[in-house]
Amino acid sequence: MTDEAPGARWAAPEMQRRLARRNAAERRFQRLGQLAIALAMASLGVLLFAIVVRGIGAFQTTELRLDVDLRPETLGLTPDMSDEEREGALAQADYRGVVRDALRALFPEVEGRSQLRELTGLISRGAGVELRGRVVSDPSLVGGSVSVWLPADDEVDLYRKAEGDVSGEGRFSARRIAWTEALSEQGRLRTAFNLRFLTSGDSREPELAGIWGALVGSALTMAITLALVFPLGVAAAVYLEEFAPRSRWTALIEVNINNLAAVPSIVFGLLGLAVFLGAANLPRSAPIVGGLTLALMTLPTIIITGRVSIQAVPPSIREAARGLGASSLQVVVHHVLPLAMPGIMTGTIIGMARALGETAPLLMIGMVAFVVDVPTSFTDASTALPVQIYLWADSPERAFVEKTSGAILVLLAFLIAMNGLAIAMRRRFEKRW
Amino acid sequence: MATAQLAEVKREERSLAEEAQAPDTGRARMRAKGVDVYYGDTHAVQNVSLDIYEDEVTALIGPSGCGKSTLLRCFNRMNDTIPSCRVEGEITLDGMDIHGDQMDVVQLRARVGMVFQKPNPFPKSVYDNVAYGPRIHGLASSRSEFDAIVEASLARAGLWEEVKDRLSEPGTSLSGGQQQRLCIARAIAVDPEVILMDEPCSALDPIATARIEELIYELRGRYAIAIVTHNMQQAARVSQRTAFFHLGTLVESGPTDEIFTNPREARTSDYITGRYG
Repeated sequence: MTDEAPGARWAAPEMQRRLARRNAAERRFQRLGQLAIALAMASLGVLLFAIVVRGIGAFQTTELRLDVDLRPETLGLTPDMSDEEREGALAQADYRGVVRDALRALFPEVEGRSQLRELTGLISRGAGVELRGRVVSDPSLVGGSVSVWLPADDEVDLYRKAEGDVSGEGRFSARRIAWTEALSEQGRLRTAFNLRFLTSGDSREPELAGIWGALVGSALTMAITLALVFPLGVAAAVYLEEFAPRSRWTALIEVNINNLAAVPSIVFGLLGLAVFLGAANLPRSAPIVGGLTLALMTLPTIIITGRVSIQAVPPSIREAARGLGASSLQVVVHHVLPLAMPGIMTGTIIGMARALGETAPLLMIGMVAFVVDVPTSFTDASTALPVQIYLWADSPERAFVEKTSGAILVLLAFLIAMNGLAIAMRRRFEKRW
Repeated sequence: MATAQLAEVKREERSLAEEAQAPDTGRARMRAKGVDVYYGDTHAVQNVSLDIYEDEVTALIGPSGCGKSTLLRCFNRMNDTIPSCRVEGEITLDGMDIHGDQMDVVQLRARVGMVFQKPNPFPKSVYDNVAYGPRIHGLASSRSEFDAIVEASLARAGLWEEVKDRLSEPGTSLSGGQQQRLCIARAIAVDPEVILMDEPCSALDPIATARIEELIYELRGRYAIAIVTHNMQQAARVSQRTAFFHLGTLVESGPTDEIFTNPREARTSDYITGRYG
């Protein structure tokens, strides 16, 4: 070696080949990483695109313009009625009949029971209820013939969205197609923003079904979960990290928490069923029970991430505070928690996102029921967004296909809103330091 | 500044009163008598007795792992937080047992401040770093009182001129030497009687070290200071008393000039002359 010129060892061809191999390996690894990311982004893009394309229809609906006869005598009002009687009569009038007659008046040539029934099928079953709602809230409509936009049947809606492509459709008969086209020519059909989808509860009629009930149910459930899981999880993490003596008991608790995080969610559903419904007799299908059950499921995740972020706070900060005479609680509240908070919030976001998308435990505690009313309290019967998606995906009506994708979009929007809020809060915490 | 002066007067009154109460301790602020420290099965400090005197700097020197830092941390019970650590023997502050029922550990640490090896300012503003101690102990109530304490402490730590315009900047944005002086300012803001320094210059460059040494020299007149150091010259420069530790035992202690010029023990002279360490 001593007779070689300096650097000759590194210029040898064997060394050069070795170097080239090492560099090539590094380039390969980088390419692989880029490929993996590209693949992930592409599948996410395809998924989102597919859902948006399918679900966008859920936000549009077809409405039918009818000239309804709202004369007092058709509604069963008489001039000698008191205000109270008038109100009662207005609420109880046969609006379904009014709507039916208005539609039949457009096609006087239709005769026969079955044909008439087929014609009436063009308008939604809920049109009468909707008309009643409008009249009751605005009695000045009563008086003569009024032109109103009412929801069309989901089959009409689907026919229009398919742009005439109804091949293989047995249910939407040639006669109905003809009527629909006739209505269209008269300018009596329009595509409107589907406000009902965002503001009403579930329904058997796809054109009336809405996501609001499930959204409120999910929000109430998440509120319960967050209210329980955040303080409990943080308190448990702080106690285990900062106060608990290192003993066999704490080791056992640690192992159990880690195991609980890996338990399938349906098991928590069974636990919720046995404890909250069976033993505590809480109301079935209620957000409070759903929230409690999901809290059980989320707690281990939050405790684990909380402990990790508390561990990540440098011990020198604790020593500095303690050295100044801060008590253990002051060390935690003034120094450890503020520094660990961004990490704890990240864990909370992950846990809550998982809880929001969870269906299985909610099935066990009865949140899978068909609920029309929008829940107004924590103890009302309710569903949740993922359960609503599951229910609609399971429905036979074709129109529920787009509702399902629409509901997925709403769920994603809810998730993004929730995470966005958490991230904004985390930012604020970080700025304080 | 009025508050600081007032505090000083109070402090002098207090120490006078305490001296009258316990005349036998003389000028020793803290005394360790027959202290043993165990980490699990390891006997880290063996039967050490050492006094820390008022208005003097006591240097604790010795090779790594000789137990000097461990002993220092006993003086304000910082070892309490280490589960496997056990301290035996008696340590007193102004004649009062620091492990006794009458001594609360929180109060003890306010009276016996500490500066650590690595500068460890809180990730808060310079102001809040210094004001934190007075705040948790309720030493001031109004904003102006806090301002006075912060200014006085920073001035005493020789940092006021450098940071008076950046009080709201995070303490972690200062340079290493400034951070360590900030930590000293933070420690003296609660007006302690004793300051423990655990190798305060080991993470600093020579210029910052010189600055801290000057500061220790100036602070000597106000506080009883105990400093652990690896640096012989530093011990010789800043301390009036030196205690030499080896393998968990106190080999000898006495006035610094005696230890450095005329050590009684062969081990001490070997260490000081650089034969091992």
